[in-house]
Amino acid sequence: MGEFDFSIIVKSLPILWSGLLLSLELFGIALVGGIFFGTLLAMARLSSFKMLSYPAAGFVNLIRSIPFIMAIFWFYFLTPVLMQKLTGQQGEAVGPFTSAIVAFIMVESAYYSEIIRAGIQSVPRGQPWAAYALGLNYWQSMGYVVLPQAFRNMIPIMLTQAIILFQDTSLVYVVGLKDFLGAASKAGQLTGRIVELYIFVALVFLVICFSASKLVKYIQNHMDPTRQRAVTKDLTLNGPGFKPGGA
Amino acid sequence: MDWKFLLEQAPSGGMTYLGWMMSGLMWTMLVSISAWIIAFVLGSIIGVLRTVPLKIPRLIATTYVEIFRNIPLLVQMFLWYFVMPEIVPAELGDWLKGTYPNLITLPFAQFSLWEFTAAVLCLGLYTASRVAEQVRAGIESLPKGQTNAGLAMGFTLPQVYKYVLLPMAFRLIIPPMTSEFLTIFKNSSTALTIGILELTAQSRQISEYTFRTFESFSVATLIYIIITLTVIFLMHLIEHKVAVPGYVSQGGH
Repeated sequence: MGEFDFSIIVKSLPILWSGLLLSLELFGIALVGGIFFGTLLAMARLSSFKMLSYPAAGFVNLIRSIPFIMAIFWFYFLTPVLMQKLTGQQGEAVGPFTSAIVAFIMVESAYYSEIIRAGIQSVPRGQPWAAYALGLNYWQSMGYVVLPQAFRNMIPIMLTQAIILFQDTSLVYVVGLKDFLGAASKAGQLTGRIVELYIFVALVFLVICFSASKLVKYIQNHMDPTRQRAVTKDLTLNGPGFKPGGA
Repeated sequence: MDWKFLLEQAPSGGMTYLGWMMSGLMWTMLVSISAWIIAFVLGSIIGVLRTVPLKIPRLIATTYVEIFRNIPLLVQMFLWYFVMPEIVPAELGDWLKGTYPNLITLPFAQFSLWEFTAAVLCLGLYTASRVAEQVRAGIESLPKGQTNAGLAMGFTLPQVYKYVLLPMAFRLIIPPMTSEFLTIFKNSSTALTIGILELTAQSRQISEYTFRTFESFSVATLIYIIITLTVIFLMHLIEHKVAVPGYVSQGGH
């Protein structure tokens, strides 16, 4: 067994801290963006207009059947091309961070849309009907009646997905970003002590994710059980391959 | 768009670029299936242990699940590949890094047996924690009366599991287990970080050699979709074949 030198972690703390901040930033943006676009995608999928529901279903199933890393590579390649098309400017450089953010928002919106769709479907049909009967239009009925109930039902499962998302941020390593893992890897190369740094990264993730999952469990136990049952039942009925989570 | 380059000779391996893609597919399958065997066996044992009325085994099983699912897969990959040989006794570590990789030369691979083993161990042990949760959920979803009836009839606890609980539980969890298999199959792409040239890695390598990024990513994506659909279809067949009439819900479709 080799000699351990954990003082190397103290020396590497500044670079590790900036890595963790980048991971958290990516996590925050992907979470908000993923839930926002995921909601729109779920609404499109449940729409009776085939022009909306088919492309939405196609996008979600496409993203969910390829590895997360493959999706990162795709958006890493596509984002600069699309940005150029959108802005019309040639040679506008899009950094790896922007591409990674686009990739994460896209992938997470596909994952979240499945959860949100189950959440919307867990709200009894009578609710939107009653809203329409009262004269509310589609957006009002969604915004004031259906979505608030759906989101309340989905809280535990959305938080669980958020923990998975936080773990998945480490995948940006593949495009060379200095996230928490990337920073540890870099510090390891500089100091030649990769063992201590990787163990440290693993422990930090373990502590954060374990505490977060205990918190989710606590919220779950203090919630009206019929609410969550409705969502999980819908999710399992969606059949194989359509469960939230996984890279 | 131009797809003809796929049939051109690639710079190494005496294959076309399509051949590279196929060797990537082969390694994706080999890593996924080997890891799935570990995940299924170990995950079933741990899942059962989480439900038995014995404190110590249950604690061990719970600890296992909490550790393996709360560390990102990529970090676990590095722990097995970089860290493990350094923290085992020195002779074993040297053997892992020196002799072991050359025991067998792998076909169509620019990586050694050691990379392959680390990837399979990592994916297998990680997925075992997810499989264990499914097995546990399957067992817990059965009415308590089934265990009690079994015990009342004079079955021992292992017999209750073998003849009463597990045959039902494994049928119930076919859909979530299918998605676990699809997850391991997609997660196998993380092995590219330790040098395994599986499907995703090959598609990127081809794009670097040919600058046909769109085409080579599309081919890999198409292969992933075909396999996903095939697995879903096969598992549907199996689910219906083994269904217990009137008990396991066939609904939802």
